Amino acid sequence: MEVTLTHYLVLSALIFSVGLFGALAKRNVVTILMSIELMFNAVNVALIAFSRYLPVPPADAAQQGLNGQVFALFIIAVAAAEAAVALAIILAIYRERRSVNVEDVNLMKW
Amino acid sequence: MTTESWASLVFYVVAICLVVGALAVVLLPRIVHAALALVFCFIMISGVYVLLGADFIAATQVIIYVGAITVLFLFAIMLTHHSYSADSNPVNSQWLAAGPVAVVIGGLLIWVFSQAKFQITSAATPGGVSDVTQSLGKLLMGPYLVPFEIAGLLLLAAMIGAIVIARET
Repeated sequence: MEVTLTHYLVLSALIFSVGLFGALAKRNVVTILMSIELMFNAVNVALIAFSRYLPVPPADAAQQGLNGQVFALFIIAVAAAEAAVALAIILAIYRERRSVNVEDVNLMKW
Repeated sequence: MTTESWASLVFYVVAICLVVGALAVVLLPRIVHAALALVFCFIMISGVYVLLGADFIAATQVIIYVGAITVLFLFAIMLTHHSYSADSNPVNSQWLAAGPVAVVIGGLLIWVFSQAKFQITSAATPGGVSDVTQSLGKLLMGPYLVPFEIAGLLLLAAMIGAIVIARET
């Protein structure tokens, strides 16, 4: 059976929902971050699949259908920045509270 | 077998490995093992990019995610306490609600994707590796110049911010 756009989108949706479950249900902050990285990657797969399979509108002919790949590059850059800052925050919280459980970090809970 | 069916076979193998790896990240009881499963996932995703003809993004994925972000995660795991115990990756008190939420959202996405009628191009993969990379470079230095510079600024800000936040005071 030939692989089409729908196959890639379904794969992306599967990874996204697994990452969503991890982000909602885990207690360790590092695991929550890893799940968010999984969700970023699922979105990247969808973007690149769209950029591969959808026809290029005539107005964007100069970009040769590579817009999706450029978006994916920007998402990778933002994800790298996010991971660096988030892990620094985790280290700061750990130094303060001696814990990496999200349930122990409840200063902003009403 | 034809090239087409080989590509389908590779896609299914990569997809199954990817979903199993993602489940392992979420479900494994030791957090170090979860981080290693995440490395496996990243490598499989770069395989998906190769199948989609995005070779430059695949190489970027391996360099940035497998090379840099994973090392950050392993550092964070190492520097926090109790990282090696058998229950270092537990679920929280709302996991019973989180499961149905994730299943419903995933099912909804899959239903929408399978119902949608996309207008699919029949054109082959655009050009070879060097062509795509060259075009990406021209795009980044042309129409996307401002976002490109802002991304550089963002990375600088994140670097300084991470140093300031993580510094011992």
